[in-house]
Amino acid sequence: MSHHTIDVESLAFDYPDGTCALDGVSFHVGHGESIALVGANGAGKSTLLMHLNGLLSPTSGTVGIGGTPVTKGTLPDIRKTVGMVFQDPDDQLFMPTVMEDVSFGPANLGLPEVDVLRRAHDALDRVGALKLADRPPYRLSGGEKRAVSIATVLAMNPAILVMDEPSSNLDPRARRRLIELLGTFEHTKIIATHDLDLALDLCERTIVLHEGRVVADGPTREIFTDDALLEASALERPAGLRPCAVCGSAAGNSDGAD
Amino acid sequence: MSTLEQGLYELGRLDQAAGADTPVHRLDPRAKVVTTLVFIVCVVSFGRYSVIPLLPFALFPIVLASEGGITLELIGKRLLIAAPFAVFVGIFNPLLDREIVARIAGLAISGGWVSYASILVRFVLTVSAALVLIATTRFNDVVLALERLGMPEVLATQLLLLYRYIFVLAEEAMRMTRARTLRSFGRRGMGMRVYVQMLGQLLLRTFARAERIYAAMLGRGFDGHVRSPRCLSFSAGDALFVLGWSAAFVAFRLVNVPQLLGSLVMRLGS
Repeated sequence: MSHHTIDVESLAFDYPDGTCALDGVSFHVGHGESIALVGANGAGKSTLLMHLNGLLSPTSGTVGIGGTPVTKGTLPDIRKTVGMVFQDPDDQLFMPTVMEDVSFGPANLGLPEVDVLRRAHDALDRVGALKLADRPPYRLSGGEKRAVSIATVLAMNPAILVMDEPSSNLDPRARRRLIELLGTFEHTKIIATHDLDLALDLCERTIVLHEGRVVADGPTREIFTDDALLEASALERPAGLRPCAVCGSAAGNSDGAD
Repeated sequence: MSTLEQGLYELGRLDQAAGADTPVHRLDPRAKVVTTLVFIVCVVSFGRYSVIPLLPFALFPIVLASEGGITLELIGKRLLIAAPFAVFVGIFNPLLDREIVARIAGLAISGGWVSYASILVRFVLTVSAALVLIATTRFNDVVLALERLGMPEVLATQLLLLYRYIFVLAEEAMRMTRARTLRSFGRRGMGMRVYVQMLGQLLLRTFARAERIYAAMLGRGFDGHVRSPRCLSFSAGDALFVLGWSAAFVAFRLVNVPQLLGSLVMRLGS
């Protein structure tokens, strides 16, 4: 697929118990864009992400990936294009060893074994986890698990990366390393996160969800300095855009550089 | 440490031992699985009053454990954990079967005691052989071997996922137990009712997790088949291992080796 784009048209979704999770969400993501999806707990971020690779089907509205609508028939292609990193690495890593887990996706693509192993090797190398290849996932630290989770998806060569809370439960250094790693990816990215500083570092554009609706969609810096908007969607200004607590210098001078 | 934490730790140790690299570890898992099965079949096929003819079988777990760098403590401790089962299975034999079958130094031995001893010896032999197998073969290799030997793929996938998530589930249960203990003072809050509710809670959480795992699998193109890049190679050495040990087991089964040795010694002495 040459166009790594996402088109969401008046998407609505109700859970079987009647909870309305998404209520008319529309946006377009262009090739190579990096989008932060922010919103309070229960705003519908995870539900929205699950629609992008067809794990959930909309109650109404449509989702299109690279111009192809997400339907039952196109699911295999869609899932090849959209790589999804889940919030809890323990859900993502289900195979007995790291290497087998990273090979799981490519093997399902029907590639010959040599290619499967090469892809797994390259993906692990990319996230700096090659030395973990033979370890079982339950013997990894949180940061290692996260890196491997990302490798499992990279190994499928997706055009679009979808991530749910990639920086949750990481210590500061592991988080910094993750941000640097994600910064090197040229994929179209959608990152759902509460870590607004991460969003500021990685994403030029931000979509704010509140109670299942898009309440703002624009340049990240603009959105994160709009206090009224942040307040209304139960968010707070990221530390990088607050006046310095020690010296009192003005906000907004950080460009994400530490 | 709670017993649950202890259990998890113990399982982890067995798993760690299985990751070592010795000649025994390097054997093809199929060779080890088949040989262990032959071993178990031979051991359990003895008559109920056999004790002495069983003893040569101890050679197998002992040789494998020492070659595989498995300590007696690792196996012994786990044997003890399973022991109550065997101890209680035969505990009424001495009471039910009082027929005298032998006299040793004037002491009358009833058939019940002999069959009880036989049960215990068999328990020690079979369980330690199984433990040695697990401690010298990674669990996923055991599953892979079983699958190559004809176990249905669905079952193999189930076993792999079971082993993977036993650690996650146990940790979850551990966290819940800790949270309960911290807010239970004395006996309050530790009752059966809360326990049952916790189990229910754990089950629901497991369902939710299963759903998420399945979503993660679908997201990476799962179509009902787990394709593993691992390949096994059955070498001449593996064949020799299976045939050699199996021949020994059959010989032990057919010939009463200790008796043979005994009469040999007697003949030499006379």
